[in-house]
Amino acid sequence: MALVIAEQVSKTYHTGETEVEALKGISFSIETGSFVSFVGPSGSGKTTLLNLIGCLDAPSGGCLKVVGTDVATLDRTQGAAFRGSEMGFIFQDFNLLPVLSVFENVEYPLLMIQKTPEAERRKRVMALLEAVGMADQALKRPDQISGGQKQRVAVARALVTNPKLVLADEPTANLDHATAFMVISLMKQLRDQFGTTFVFSTHDPRIVGEAEVLHTLEDGVLKNSELMKGGTAQ
Amino acid sequence: MSNIFKIALRNLLRYKRRTLLTATLVTLGVVFVLVFTAVSGSFKQMMISQITDSMMGHLQIHRKGYVAAIDTLPLNLGIKQQGYEKIEALLKQEQGIAAYSPRIKFGGMFSNFMETTNIRLNGVFPEKEFATVPLLPERVNSGRKSLQRGEIMVPELLARGMNVKVGDTVVIVATNQSGSVNGKQFLVSAILESASGPGGRDGYLHFDDAVELLRMEQLEISEVAVRLKQFGKLHKLENKLRGQLEAQKNPKGKPVFELHSWEALSPFAKIAKMLDLMTLFIKIMLVSIVLISIMNVMMMAVFERVREIGTIAAIGTPPSTIRSLFLVEGLCLGLFGAVAGTVIGSLIILIINLSNITFSFGQQTGLILKTSLVPGDILMVSIIVVVVSVLATLQPAIKASKMRPIDALRHV
Repeated sequence: MALVIAEQVSKTYHTGETEVEALKGISFSIETGSFVSFVGPSGSGKTTLLNLIGCLDAPSGGCLKVVGTDVATLDRTQGAAFRGSEMGFIFQDFNLLPVLSVFENVEYPLLMIQKTPEAERRKRVMALLEAVGMADQALKRPDQISGGQKQRVAVARALVTNPKLVLADEPTANLDHATAFMVISLMKQLRDQFGTTFVFSTHDPRIVGEAEVLHTLEDGVLKNSELMKGGTAQ
Repeated sequence: MSNIFKIALRNLLRYKRRTLLTATLVTLGVVFVLVFTAVSGSFKQMMISQITDSMMGHLQIHRKGYVAAIDTLPLNLGIKQQGYEKIEALLKQEQGIAAYSPRIKFGGMFSNFMETTNIRLNGVFPEKEFATVPLLPERVNSGRKSLQRGEIMVPELLARGMNVKVGDTVVIVATNQSGSVNGKQFLVSAILESASGPGGRDGYLHFDDAVELLRMEQLEISEVAVRLKQFGKLHKLENKLRGQLEAQKNPKGKPVFELHSWEALSPFAKIAKMLDLMTLFIKIMLVSIVLISIMNVMMMAVFERVREIGTIAAIGTPPSTIRSLFLVEGLCLGLFGAVAGTVIGSLIILIINLSNITFSFGQQTGLILKTSLVPGDILMVSIIVVVVSVLATLQPAIKASKMRPIDALRHV
């Protein structure tokens, strides 16, 4: 079953009098439970596409359905609610909240967005911190842990609400190779464990091979879709 | 909600120095307002009580037209026996009246047998007068704190100028309504300290002596001074009594009596109003300080945390929650300022009271400044600070909640 369906999706930015076509009518679909990567050089439209899938921006043309919802129809509040219930995000710069501990960062979406009861929150947060190997660092603040550890916490935060889709924009860009590989492996492992669909962008050739489905973007056009290891690409 | 408070407080503590500076500014503003309100309020209350309790009373009833000519102490605008009985009946039935005192006010010549000068005099029933203006006996510098027939209480400045002492005999010469002159000897029973305000340099003699001196064939009272049980109910009772007094009409259908509060008769009322106005300006300054300092610090906070706002918005935090996070930060700053300001302000007021600071008011010296904070003032200042703090945060908070996550995440 397709979790994301894009039909002739385009995105145009206006910078002063200049128009920049970041995406030029691309079509694809992402199946539930797949581990998908969008690759391409800088400026190819990877981040723009992930922003559209993540309902952070609206397409200029075409139709983009995520978990059965046309993202263009969502207003600011509906978009926030949709993201909070259906999606998880992993950022290039980790983007953990510095005033919260590791535990509280992972707990945040359950506490502030989904209003989950305390016992349930604690159970889910600790399970995920165990899964990402950060349970023993739960009380530390983000400035007390390494970059790789921060990204593992970010992965746990993205998964804590049991989202259908996790979007990761260049999740390994600020990590060394070993840590980057470990984070991608962790994401894949969690996909296997929880059945969550992972979509990430990268231009790191060392990581590309870890994707099951590889979409290659170039100048806003989808150049190639490639099935890597047991994935299902359309 | 407690989670929003927790995050807001941690964000405030993140920039400790800045938060401390802003909170200190708000605290100082609150301290300044509270101390000023307490000192000026106490000064005002003390002055009012000096004026009302030592000579004027809270209210005065006159025959219509008397106050317009009060400087000449007219004897032909007195309240007749029948009119006084009506006033007395009215005052007796009013529960809020503590005491009242009829007075005959007149001007005369004061002689020590060697020199003569002018004097303004009040003919009073001592018990009624002392009950209506209880600070009058306190003004006795030397002599007895009582007044009997044949005795006179002489104002200090006049006594000094005429070299008159307690126990001396003096002569008062007065002209009555029909123009006849009469004189009478009096024994000086007390020297009265002068007080600021109308009537503060008047002499006092017994009511019956005034009647005799002025050769009154029928009673003519210049005014009736009234003291209320609760000063706070002044305007309510004033309006009530005025309505009842204005119902008393002469054959031409015009009101017979007029009623004035101390405010209408004493120029100090204008100073009291100026003090109130100054307090208002100080409060406006406080509002400005709180508004500008908190708005500034919260705008900075939003600007510095754009990426964090983008992050929490991206992961699904509703705009209303983002708004609340910032509003609560402003609220906490305001609450801290209000509480710390109240504590420090109260301590300063306590120190002022323990220091026994004295001041002068007109001829009166050595008045001790006793300040007090009214709970209503504390509540009012605290509410102003907290409300203004939240209002000052509103614009930055709305700005944060309206940020597009995609733009906020791109912010460097």
